Amino acid sequence: MNPMSKIVRTITKFTYGIIIIFGLYIIVHGHLTPGGGFQGGAVTASAFALLLISYGNLTTDKFLKKDLFSFLESCGLTLFITLAFLGLGLTFFYNFLANSGGWFGNISAVGINPGDLNTGGVVPLMNIAVGLEVLSGLGLIVLVMAAAMEFTKKKENL
Amino acid sequence: MNLSNHLPILIIALPLLTAFIIPLIGKINKKAPGIFATLTLGISLIFTILVAVKVMTAGAQVYVFGAKSTALTLPSGLQFPIRIIFEIDAMSIFMGLITAIVSFLGALYSLAFIEKEGGLDKYYSLLLLLTVGMFGMELTGDIFNFFVFLEIASIASVALISFRGPQAGEPAEAGFKYMVVSSISALIVLFAIGIFYGQYDVLNFAALAKLIRYSQLDKIALALMVPVLAMKAGAVPMHMWTPDAYSEAPAPITMILVAASQASLYALFRVTFSLYNIQLDTLTVGWIIIVFGLLSMFIGVTMAIIQKDIKRLMAYHAISQTGYMLLGVGVGLAVLNDPVALPKYGLTAMEGGIFHIMNHALYKGLLFLTAGALFYRTGTRDLNSMGGLAHSMKYTTIFFIIGAAAIAGLPPFNGFASKLLIYESVYRFNPLLSIIAMVVSILTLASFVKVFHSAFLGPKLPCFKEVQEVPRSMIFAMAVLSCIIIFFGLFPDVIVKNLVHPAAMSLIEQSKYSAIILGGR
Amino acid sequence: MISNFPFIAVIIFISLGIYTLLFKKNLIKIAIGLCLIENGANLFLIALGYKKEAVAPIYTLAPAGQAMVLPTPQALTLTSIVIGLATTALVLSVAMMVYKHYGTLDTDEVRRLRG
Repeated sequence: MNPMSKIVRTITKFTYGIIIIFGLYIIVHGHLTPGGGFQGGAVTASAFALLLISYGNLTTDKFLKKDLFSFLESCGLTLFITLAFLGLGLTFFYNFLANSGGWFGNISAVGINPGDLNTGGVVPLMNIAVGLEVLSGLGLIVLVMAAAMEFTKKKENL
Repeated sequence: MNLSNHLPILIIALPLLTAFIIPLIGKINKKAPGIFATLTLGISLIFTILVAVKVMTAGAQVYVFGAKSTALTLPSGLQFPIRIIFEIDAMSIFMGLITAIVSFLGALYSLAFIEKEGGLDKYYSLLLLLTVGMFGMELTGDIFNFFVFLEIASIASVALISFRGPQAGEPAEAGFKYMVVSSISALIVLFAIGIFYGQYDVLNFAALAKLIRYSQLDKIALALMVPVLAMKAGAVPMHMWTPDAYSEAPAPITMILVAASQASLYALFRVTFSLYNIQLDTLTVGWIIIVFGLLSMFIGVTMAIIQKDIKRLMAYHAISQTGYMLLGVGVGLAVLNDPVALPKYGLTAMEGGIFHIMNHALYKGLLFLTAGALFYRTGTRDLNSMGGLAHSMKYTTIFFIIGAAAIAGLPPFNGFASKLLIYESVYRFNPLLSIIAMVVSILTLASFVKVFHSAFLGPKLPCFKEVQEVPRSMIFAMAVLSCIIIFFGLFPDVIVKNLVHPAAMSLIEQSKYSAIILGGR
Repeated sequence: MISNFPFIAVIIFISLGIYTLLFKKNLIKIAIGLCLIENGANLFLIALGYKKEAVAPIYTLAPAGQAMVLPTPQALTLTSIVIGLATTALVLSVAMMVYKHYGTLDTDEVRRLRG
């Protein structure tokens, strides 16, 4: 696909990093504010889609590598299921870090409170794993679909 | 940590972990994903057998996710369960055994069958995810969890059906049709779940079974769920996706897809027997299921006789055999509230229908694997161009004969045992149904004689001169299925008494399902 | 009557989705019809949890003394949206493969599997 005009490319350079940071903020604060793994991952992947639209898929292929995304996706999934297995001392998916003083282990207040990031136990870690998986998965889908366009252009002689 | 307490969840969790690790392993070594997948499914098979032994001796098992102990279904002070709970009674573990055997043999067969294609690590990852989806559908006790596993199985099977999509166009077309049909059915199931949640505020099967009042909205939910689950199982008149999907998928995947359709059949039985327990008008709903069964039997076999593509013919036979299962269990449902008829022939009809589920998975799987072996060596599925293959593929011929005799209901094989149970009990309910079932069986035999004659008999054709026998892992998978078929055929008493009768009783004694979780009442 | 508007919208979504599946011939339009049905089902789930004059079910810096809507349907709808995303991505990929081999997206032409 053809790159878009100079104005669009310049604004993309400014907002690309901001969108990624906003997406990561939604992922990490999933247990306090609306959001979580999937929502933050989808927002971050929209930054990759923005890059793809404004620069065209030939330039973006040099910048975002499909193999790295595939590797990150598998890592995110493996981290999620490993965290579920670690609670197997009592039951599967048991929240062994909540209210215990370790990572993310502060006592969570009951009722209305200003949120404490350090609470929640296994939940923020699982949010991060799912967010990593979703952003790489959606980014990969968008990149591969854009790459398939090359074949169609050849077929229709565009 | 007592491992035997955690066995129910390890059946699902180990294939899930392996499915996620396989893309990482596939980068290191090309052959490793297949071996890993087969080993993991073998371990799942062993765990399933252990859980089955425990369920048959100690009663139904329960596993609560994320609680302080695995049997803590009601946390302190609450009347209804709040976590996701796996509830494994005799019918669930019966279906779980079918899934475990079929997926292990499918992965073993794929080691040699799918070797030449690319993207193998994704194939095995998807196969493990399909297995996880099927196990989850059969073992879970929570209705929304059932919807999630149903969608996991559908998405994984669509990707596997169109696996040869980059090379040929037909798998993509079949995959598109299957995706649209399964998506509609899953969304209608979600709508019915919304109706249940809006009225009763619980999502657990057992808790819903205790609270359900059979109001107008519940009747709407039943009318939505019964046809849609029958659509996922391949019953007529919603069967249009079955011939395309089963014929275009790779052969081991077709075998696993047959088991996935039967998992939806299990869900249909669970909803009508256990969820709507005492309130249901069983005669009407039973007759609706019987009509689905009759249509499937008849239309399946008459469409199958005229086919030229071997896997499409077998797919139509799968529709027809699903009709037998629906007929048997439908008769059981229709006489459920009749205290005289139920012990006389209702229980036998249900045992016949449920036994037929396992027999069908075994012999239909064997037939699809032999069709896959023919495709692997000759490169075609068209019966008009095949011929005289019995000279060069002796083992495949023997396995095909065993499978064809089993599906036609000939005596020393397992098809005869379950079909006899269905014939003799349905005859006492209504003689016409039993006669239609016997005519369908004769037509089944006729079409398989046709396939045997055109594919295997006759002189050796010159274009198939260098065809030889298929590799050893494929022969081993087919041989294991044949041995199980012959064993079930020679000793059906052992299987019916130990596996099928507890499964049928767990469906008939409806109030027991909720008593297990909610603690006696 | 006005409190039933979400449910009327659900019926409209689902019927428009089924109309699109039945009567449109382009494969991409069929995929859009699937999305419409899925949106209707998700809207139905969320509309079930509503209570009169209640706020979002979040404890962080919430206004005091207010009722909250039910949080469980929101978790169910989130799961369903994720599943719908995977379904849509897969349907579009399969439609792309059909276009690659058949050269057209018209369902009257994509009919090699018959009988």
